[in-house]
Amino acid sequence: MSAPAATVAALAKGLAAGEYSSVELTRAYLERIAAAQPALNAFVTITGESALAAAAAADAARAKGQVGRLAGVPIAHKDIFCTEGVLTTCGSKMLANFVSPYDATVVAGLRDAGTVMLGKLNMDEFAMGSSNETSFFGPVHNPWDTKMVPGGSSGGSAAAVAARIVPAATATDTGGSIRQPAALCGVTGIKPTYGRCSRYGMIAFASSLDQAGLITVSAEDAALLLGPMSGFDPRDSTSVERAVPDYTATLADSLEGLTIGLVKEFFDKGLDASNEQRIRDAIAVFEKLGARVREVSCPNLPLSVPTYYVVAPAECSSNLARFDGVRFGHRCESPKNLLDLYCRSRGEGFGAEVKRRIMTGTYVLSAGYYDAYYLKAQRVRQLISADFARAFDSCDLLFGPTSPTPAFPIGAKFDDPITMYLNDIYTIGANLAGLPGMSIPCGFVDGLPVGLQIVGPHFSESRMLNAAHRYQQETDWHLRVPAAFA
Amino acid sequence: MEWETVIGLEIHAQLATRSKIFSGSATAYGAEPNTQANLVDLGYPGVLPVLNGEAVRMAVRFGLAIGARIAPHSVFARKNYFYPDLPKGYQISQYELPIVAEGALDIVLDDGTRKRIGITRAHLEEDAGKSLHEGLPGQSGIDLNRAGTPLIEIVSEPDLRSAKEAIAYMKKVHTLVRYLEICDGNMQEGSFRCDANVSVRRRGAEKFGTRAEIKNLNSFRFVEKAINHEVERQIEILESGGKVVQETRLYDPDKGETRSMRSKEEANDYRYFPDPDLLPVVLDDLFIAGIKATLPELPDEKAARFVSDYGLSEYDAGVLTASRELGAFYEDVVRRVGGEPKLCANWVMGDFAAFLNKDNLEITESRVDAAALAGLVARIVDSTISGKIAKDVFEAMWSSGEGADAIIEQKGLRQITDTGAIEKAIEEVMAKNPGQLADYRSGKDKLFGFFVGQVMKATGGKANPAQLNELLKKKLAG
Repeated sequence: MSAPAATVAALAKGLAAGEYSSVELTRAYLERIAAAQPALNAFVTITGESALAAAAAADAARAKGQVGRLAGVPIAHKDIFCTEGVLTTCGSKMLANFVSPYDATVVAGLRDAGTVMLGKLNMDEFAMGSSNETSFFGPVHNPWDTKMVPGGSSGGSAAAVAARIVPAATATDTGGSIRQPAALCGVTGIKPTYGRCSRYGMIAFASSLDQAGLITVSAEDAALLLGPMSGFDPRDSTSVERAVPDYTATLADSLEGLTIGLVKEFFDKGLDASNEQRIRDAIAVFEKLGARVREVSCPNLPLSVPTYYVVAPAECSSNLARFDGVRFGHRCESPKNLLDLYCRSRGEGFGAEVKRRIMTGTYVLSAGYYDAYYLKAQRVRQLISADFARAFDSCDLLFGPTSPTPAFPIGAKFDDPITMYLNDIYTIGANLAGLPGMSIPCGFVDGLPVGLQIVGPHFSESRMLNAAHRYQQETDWHLRVPAAFA
Repeated sequence: MEWETVIGLEIHAQLATRSKIFSGSATAYGAEPNTQANLVDLGYPGVLPVLNGEAVRMAVRFGLAIGARIAPHSVFARKNYFYPDLPKGYQISQYELPIVAEGALDIVLDDGTRKRIGITRAHLEEDAGKSLHEGLPGQSGIDLNRAGTPLIEIVSEPDLRSAKEAIAYMKKVHTLVRYLEICDGNMQEGSFRCDANVSVRRRGAEKFGTRAEIKNLNSFRFVEKAINHEVERQIEILESGGKVVQETRLYDPDKGETRSMRSKEEANDYRYFPDPDLLPVVLDDLFIAGIKATLPELPDEKAARFVSDYGLSEYDAGVLTASRELGAFYEDVVRRVGGEPKLCANWVMGDFAAFLNKDNLEITESRVDAAALAGLVARIVDSTISGKIAKDVFEAMWSSGEGADAIIEQKGLRQITDTGAIEKAIEEVMAKNPGQLADYRSGKDKLFGFFVGQVMKATGGKANPAQLNELLKKKLAG
C-alpha cells in the first residue's frame, strides 16, 4: 500500500481489487494523521474509533458485493459541516463544546456513497480568514514550509491533502476559501456553482456566497467525489433542481477548440511576477492541448473586494446572531442579566476577525447606511455578474492566478486585515457571481506551490474538471508531495 | 377644543396551516413547551428555512378577498434583533416587497353609512416563541412551540377615526379570515391580535399628530379601552400645552391604561435585508386565478344577496352573515321551512341566538339544529301554534332536545282553531263578566283587550289569535 502518494481513484481501485481493506487503509491514514498533527495542526477532531467502525462496515458490505466505487475510501470534513454526534466547532470558541445532533446533507451524501470519515479539519473561525490564523484551535501550518500559512479558510483541508494525511477533504468557499488554500498548498480545489451542493448543515457565514466543495489531489478525485455531494436538497431552497452528471465520464474529453479567456484584470500590478510566469507556463500547456487563448476584460472585477466586504459581513452579522449563549454554544459564567449574557457570551466566544466582520456588517445594514453600502454593493454585484456573462459569450472558461503570491509566513499579515483581504482579490468574483471555480497546482516559486484558477459558466463543472484533468495528464505538479511528508 | 382621533391597525392573524411557515413542526396550540420545535425552529447552526406553500396560498386568499394587488414577486427579509424567544436573532418577515398590497374593506357606521378602510399591505412572517416567568422564580423559561408559526400582518391606512370604527374594522377582518378559513380567529390563544397606532389632531388639521403604538391587544374590548384611554391621555397632554412623544406603549388590562415601553430613540434598528436563504416568491396569473376560483362567497356579497333575495334589512343581513356558519344555518332553516325568510331571520337572530349566547355555545354546538328550528317555525306558519307559544316550545326543545311536534303534542299546546270551541269560551267569559260587557257595549272600546286576555287565559293561550279577534268582535257587538 502506498498511502502517501495515493489518489482517491487509486485507493478505490486498490480496495476493489482487494489489495487492502478499508480498515487497513483507515488505520494507515489515522497513523499518518497522528504523526503529522503536532507539525500541521490540521485536525480539530480525529474520529479514529468511528472511522474504523465505518471502515469495517464498508469492508463487510464489500464482502457481500454491491458497493459503490467510493466504498471504504477515507476522507475528512471541514469542521464547518455538521456531523451527528461529533464535535462541530467551526473553528470557534463559541462552538468549542457543540456536538451536532444531525448530519449536513453533504456529509450524509458522502457517507451514503461509502466514504469513511477520519475527522474534522481545522479552519479559520466561522470561515473568516485567508490564512487559517483566526482558528480558536490555533493556526494550521503549510506542509511545504511549516513556518508558512496554508491559506484559508479551508486551511486544514488543504494542508491535510497536501501532506497526504487524508486522501481528500470537503471544504467551503465564500470568497476563495477552497481555491486560495488549495493554491498555497499545491492541491486541487473545486468550488462548484452556487446551488450545486446543499448548504443544509453547513454553518452559515454569508448565505448568498457560501458553497461546499472539495480539496483533492487531482481533478479526477474531485470528479469522483463531487457527484455524491451534489444535487437538489428539499431542505435548502437555494439548491438547484438539476440533474447531476457523472463528472468522471467527460474527464478525458479533448480540449480541441476550447476557448480560454485570460481575464485582463487578473493580471494586475498586485500579481507577483514569478507567480505570473507559472500561470503563463500552464496556459501554454493548454494551448498545446488544442485550446485557443484570448484576452477578455471584466472591468468591474477590481470592485470585487470592497463589494464582498460589504455583502459578506452584512450576511454574517445576521447569521451569527443565533450564537447568543441561550440554547447552544459558549455561555458566559453567571450572567447578571440578559444583556450581560449576550455581551459576555458573544464577547468571549468570538475572535477578533469575526467581531470585526459582525461590526462591519451591522454598520452597513444600519438605517441611513443601507442604501449607500448594502444596496450599492448588490448593484455592483450585478455588474460583476454581467461582466462574467459577457466574457462567457466568447470564452468557454476563464483562467488566471488563484492568489497574488505564494504562501506567506504565519503572522506576517495577521494584524493588517486590508492586506489580508487582498489575498482573495482573484477568487471573490466567482462567489459574487455564483460561478464555479477551481484551483490546480501549476508549479512552484521558491519551493512554494502556485495555483492556476479556472472559472466557468454556471454548472460547467464537467468542462472545468475535464480541462484540469487533461492538464494533470501532462504535468505532475499535483503529484508532488512535501518532502517532510513523503 | 375639538379633537379628531386618527387610528391605524396592524392586525396579526395566525394562519391555520398544519405545519410552521419554514419548518415541518406542528402548529397545534397548547402542547407541552418545546415539544413542537425542531432544529430549524431552534435556529441550530447550519439549518435553513423552507417556505410552506400553504401559507402563501392563504395570504393570496386574503389578498383576493380584500380586492388587493397580489405581488407577482415578493421577498422575505430578515428583521434583526436579539431576544431570548427569537432563536435565530432575526425574524423572517417581508419588508419592501410584501405579498399583498393596496386592498380595502368597508365598514358600516352607526348611522348606517358605509366607510371604506384602506389596507396598505399584508405580509407573511413567522411568529416568535414565548418567554415564561410563572413558576420560575428568578428565571425565565422559553417555549419555542410558537416560534415559526405563520402570521399574516394586515396593516391598515390611518383611516379609522374612533375606537368604534377600529372595532368595526377589526371585526370585519376577523369575520373575513374565518370565512376564508385561513385563521381560527381565537383571540384568547393569540391567533388574532393587533397593535394600534393612535394619534389626535385638531379637527380640520391636515397633518397627523404624533402617534403612539399600542402593542399586543388581544380582545375587541381591550382594543376599545386602550384606544379610548390613549386618546384621552394624548388630548390631556396637548391641552395642557405638552407634546405627545412617538413611542411604543403597552396596554395593561388590569389597570385599564397604557404605559410607555420604549421611545423612538430606544427603538431597535432592525437592519432589514432580503433573506439570502429564501428565494423570492414568484406567483403567476394562473396560480392566482386558481386560488380565486376556490374563494367562498364573501361576507359582503352574502349580505347583499340576503337583502335582495330574502328582503332582509341591511342590519339583519349583516348580523346573519357575521360568520359563515351562521349564514349557512339561516339559509338551511329558510330552505327547510320553504319560505318565510323574515320570520326565520327573527328566530335565528332572536331566541336561538339568545340561547346560544346564554349557554356560551358555538353554532356548531347548538342543542337545536337547523332542521329542528325549521320544524318549529313551520308550526307557526301553519297556525298550529302561535308565535308566543312557540317561544315556550323552543325553550322546551332546547332543554329536552325533542322536536317541536312532540312537545306540542305532549303539552297539548296545539292552537284552538275550532270556531265552536272559541265561541263557547267567549260566551263563558261574557257570562262571567256582565259588568265589563255592559261597559264595553256602552262605548268603552278599550275593554276589548280585557276580553281577549280572559279568553286566552281560559284557553291556556291556545286560541288562534286572529280567529279570536274576529269572533270576539262579533259576539261583543251582540
